[in-house]
Amino acid sequence: MESNKYLEDIASIKNIMHKSSRFISLSGLSGILAGIYALIGAYVAHTILTTEQLTASGERYSSLSGLINAYLAHPSGTKLVLIGLIVLILAVITGVILTTRKAKKQEEKIWDASSKRLLINFAIPLCTGGAFCIILLQYGLIGLIAPCTLIFYGLALINASKFTLGDIKYLGLTNVIIGLVSTQFIGYGLYFWALGFGVLHIIYGTIMHFKYDKK
Amino acid sequence: MSIITNINKAFDHRIRLGIMSVLMVNESADFKELKELLGTTDGNLASHTKALEKEAYIIVHKTFIGRKPNTSYRASRKGKTAFKKHIEALEKLLGK
Repeated sequence: MESNKYLEDIASIKNIMHKSSRFISLSGLSGILAGIYALIGAYVAHTILTTEQLTASGERYSSLSGLINAYLAHPSGTKLVLIGLIVLILAVITGVILTTRKAKKQEEKIWDASSKRLLINFAIPLCTGGAFCIILLQYGLIGLIAPCTLIFYGLALINASKFTLGDIKYLGLTNVIIGLVSTQFIGYGLYFWALGFGVLHIIYGTIMHFKYDKK
Repeated sequence: MSIITNINKAFDHRIRLGIMSVLMVNESADFKELKELLGTTDGNLASHTKALEKEAYIIVHKTFIGRKPNTSYRASRKGKTAFKKHIEALEKLLGK
């Protein structure tokens, strides 16, 4: 009788500690969808780049990065930037909608101290990376942009993992590793990008979906 | 020495355990956050925070956010040690 009460006490302590320090309503499904958007985006970007290569005014580029360089100098290079932005915006909107829905189902607040802390800790490395990528662009180091986005995104996830489901740490670590490996294969950034942002998100999202959402 | 020696009377209530649990893993929490997390009423929470404050297990910090008074709480070192001992005692008790 008494020990039952203490057992309940311990369970509720664990629950409260977890709930109060971590934002646990992140939706796994939104990870899967973000991955799919990224893959579609990468595919479209790839198509644009390869058709451009065939139709570019007689000039052939030895590497994809050379092509991207030329493409960005070209006025329609904004297409690539646009694709990136659309993927990002779609992923964020889906994430917010699905996470809000999950939070409602679990009767948790979407905007509280834990979600604020999560966002701030995620945003610091991410914004640093964003700024750094713009600097790379400034110096024309286009080839390093894909690795750079992967590495900083990975670091942002590792930093954020202390404030949400700890599993995103592994997604972050894998992204950092892929980012570092891709520095050795400049010109194939788009493929690594599709792997890191596309395939990994789908795998991670699926695992999370079955581990946490399907309960 | 009895096995319940370390069971701390001050923590022998669900709400107080809850308050300490939140403050063990968060630097600080304000009244509203505690209320929402623990699903309790203003009066109930106030009486329990007062009890913990009296034991010097938590530190109360009163400020104003704009014109609204805001009360935030932190666990004191003494409170953290006492809480850890209490949990250990609970676990020992359950292990027997």
